[in-house]
Amino acid sequence: MENEVTIRIGGESGEGTISGGDILALASARWGYHVYTFRTFPAEILGGPCMFQVRISDHPVKSMGDYADVLICLNKEAYDRNIGELRHGGVLIYDPSDFTPDQSDCITYAVPFNEIARKEVQLFQTKNMVMLGAICGLFGPPLEAIIQVVQSKLSRSRKANATLMEKNLLALDVAKKYVTEKITKSDPYLLGPVEKADRVVLNGNQAIVAGALAAQCRYFSGYPITPASDIMEGMAKELPQVGGTFLQAEDEIAALASVLGASYGGMRAMTATSGPGFSLMTELIGLSSMAELPVVIVDAQRAGPSTGMPTKMEQSDLSFALYAGHGDTPRIVIAPSSVANCYDLIIQAFEMAERYQMPVLFLTDQSLTARVESVDRHIFKTPELHERLQYNTNGSSSNGHHGSYAHEQMLVGAGTGAHDYARYANTTTGISPMSTPGTGSPAYVATGLEHDEAGHPDYEPEDHIAMMEKRFRKLATAAEEMPQPERYGDADATIGVIGWGSTEGTIQEAVDRARAQGYKVAALHPKVLSPLPDKAIQEFINSVDKVIVPENNYSGQLANLLGAKYGLKAIRVNKFGGIPFTASEILRAIEEVR
Amino acid sequence: MTQTIINPTPKDYKSEVKPTWCPGCGDFGVLNATFRGLAELKLPTDQTVVVSGIGCSSRFPHFMKTFGFHSVHGRALPVAQGLKMARPDLNVITVGGDGDFFSIGAGHLVHAALRNIDITVVVMDNEIYGLTKGQTSPTSPQGHVTKSTPYGLLASQFNPIATALSLNVSFVARGYSAKPKELAALIQQGVQHKGFSFIHALSPCPTFYHTFDAWDAAVTPIEAEHDTHDKAKAIALALETERQYTGIFFKEERTTMDQAAHQQVQQSRPFDIEQYMKRYA
Ligand SMILES: Cc1ncc(C[n+]2csc(CCOP(=O)(O)OP(=O)(O)O)c2C)c(N)n1
Ligand code: SF4
Ligand SMILES: [Mg+2]
Repeated sequence: MENEVTIRIGGESGEGTISGGDILALASARWGYHVYTFRTFPAEILGGPCMFQVRISDHPVKSMGDYADVLICLNKEAYDRNIGELRHGGVLIYDPSDFTPDQSDCITYAVPFNEIARKEVQLFQTKNMVMLGAICGLFGPPLEAIIQVVQSKLSRSRKANATLMEKNLLALDVAKKYVTEKITKSDPYLLGPVEKADRVVLNGNQAIVAGALAAQCRYFSGYPITPASDIMEGMAKELPQVGGTFLQAEDEIAALASVLGASYGGMRAMTATSGPGFSLMTELIGLSSMAELPVVIVDAQRAGPSTGMPTKMEQSDLSFALYAGHGDTPRIVIAPSSVANCYDLIIQAFEMAERYQMPVLFLTDQSLTARVESVDRHIFKTPELHERLQYNTNGSSSNGHHGSYAHEQMLVGAGTGAHDYARYANTTTGISPMSTPGTGSPAYVATGLEHDEAGHPDYEPEDHIAMMEKRFRKLATAAEEMPQPERYGDADATIGVIGWGSTEGTIQEAVDRARAQGYKVAALHPKVLSPLPDKAIQEFINSVDKVIVPENNYSGQLANLLGAKYGLKAIRVNKFGGIPFTASEILRAIEEVR
Repeated sequence: MTQTIINPTPKDYKSEVKPTWCPGCGDFGVLNATFRGLAELKLPTDQTVVVSGIGCSSRFPHFMKTFGFHSVHGRALPVAQGLKMARPDLNVITVGGDGDFFSIGAGHLVHAALRNIDITVVVMDNEIYGLTKGQTSPTSPQGHVTKSTPYGLLASQFNPIATALSLNVSFVARGYSAKPKELAALIQQGVQHKGFSFIHALSPCPTFYHTFDAWDAAVTPIEAEHDTHDKAKAIALALETERQYTGIFFKEERTTMDQAAHQQVQQSRPFDIEQYMKRYA
């Protein structure tokens, strides 16, 4: 395709493979291209094989690309590991001093990366710049785009000095000259000039931090865990600057407990973790639901079970997120699908937590945490926020911005006055006005024990029934008030695809390609998985003959849910090796439907 | 409506909820001491939060007219710390049992001590698990026979005061529920103390482990001359386990984490997403 190329770089962690890739992605995006990255991390702290892939295109990119068009191997191991991912007729770039490729159905360009870095630049560390220079010379973007990024990165680095900058520029330049003079280009990949666009370039975790800050989250507590740590580190850095507080907890139990304490104090509060930490939090998820305290919990899913594969993606915490905890525990579960979505849905997560006074579990995954996308800047705007329903001393309730909710009528004898303030007033929506300490509103006890409307412990059968129904009524209210997912593709589709989480773009690309081949296909991608948008899903299922449910897990957790709820017999497509789907894998599933 | 009471009496801290404790339970004494201590300090009920875990003792917040957070077993400390970090303007008091703070939640004690967040902890120690009907706890004496240790407890006994001192807790005291006046004074000073204050309250469980007589005999007030900045002496007193010294063992003023964090906050600016996103342009 014109003005589109997918470049994969394979190398050893620590030799600049990833940072070189990041520079390439950023430079291409600043130059006006859309980018979408995928990377793997080694298990080792230092060293170990890693790879970086970036798809660069002049039109919006929805997936990481089926295959690499260009593969750059910085050593023999990188070649062995990645050559299978190079498209037939693609370009292999290597250094003949490292190895001699045995592959014959690709175009090969030999570039002496090592020698250029060592002899001509006389600084071996510049090998990744040599690689970038070669990429510029062969495919684009122009060298100036790269230089700008390198300059701004170096100016912020502690290692910065004039010599290093000079050597980097020299490496870029020499390599570009080398390929222009010595290599006869016989491939079709070329990134021509495009119009500049107002985009930002960031990954999923960075978008979550931005969204949480925009949503006025002002307390964060967490415990380090891959791949959620950079959310914690981002909040640690930013919160004090915007009037919030941060606490690195001693474990995930303490993290969520302290977040509940902050929320009780009236603060929008959040924690972020991955599977092992999420497991530890379950008892407190129940407390949040029972005591009706708003809280947002990000679970950056990684391959499990147990410690599993910390640096690999999987969508295998859905069942756990839906049911984690003992007893019947209402909660909201949200899964973002893209970097832009990480931003706007985390804001929605806070809004829903505050509105429905319950835990909101936010399921991203390792691939999305690290996925860098170029995103239109205009989606990052100040959101309209609503405060939680406050109990006012005159006995009325309000939610700040919207005034009072007229339909929050007291159902049964909600009291008046200080001593019998009905914190858990049984209302028609299930939502009860909340009092916050130190604001002049009446005191109450938040408790995990079953309680009456005033929050006093109460084990009477009829009261447990009433309170259970009240708590679950909030989910029904949420289901009514939340936006419905929109169908993507043909209105008269015979084949449907239902997915969740980070696979949306990939599914949409597969749908586009299938439709171009004449298939009648549509996709539905609910972002809120509890409460499920029953009507939209039911209608979608009824409107097609067959439904494919692609998931990056072994057991088909969404398919199981749709089967249990709607009797759907889905065509399950499960990939669970730790790597996301490619669009062609989903396309194949569509083609195989009979 | 909350009205501020100008000169509160202990009664003004008492809620209308009737305590569920057994008659004669030591926790009544601690509750009354708390009413008294808070009345002395004139703490406004609507600016005070009592946080607890689970256990007989952890029912405490329900019996108070202040705000309360009755959380889950062992987690009162992290809840209280999150609350205080987010809302340093509130008075935060954490209460519960020996099981809560020294067994299931023991890990949290270490970190609360290191952070020195300005909260007060009152541990009602009855040397057993009351709510689950009498099993051994970390503070049970070696050899203690209960339903869970029918042949006698094999583990050695946890020393709360010595542990708190070794953790560098900035206010360490012990009181006795049968001496509510003295205990009230300790709670008062603990709440006044800027930093993490730890009050070990001996609080017998007459139903499962009657220790009133033993503690009546063992409890000895720390002599008035004791220098509360002398940690070595404090540790020596704590290790003298035949006696149960009461009073303040140790105290020192250090920076509290909530203060330090909020100093940073004072220089903060409102968040502006458009400005913020420039870093990704
Ligand atoms: C996670 C968990 N495990 C076990 C229990 C059962 N349980 C409730 S209270 C308690 C021990 C209470 O002992 P302590 O903290 O000393 O309080 P006391 O009742 O003696 O005042 C236990 C084990 C629980 N509620 N939660
Ligand atoms: S069982 Fe013991 S600790 Fe619990 S209320 Fe009764 S006397 Fe108090
Ligand atoms: Mg006990």
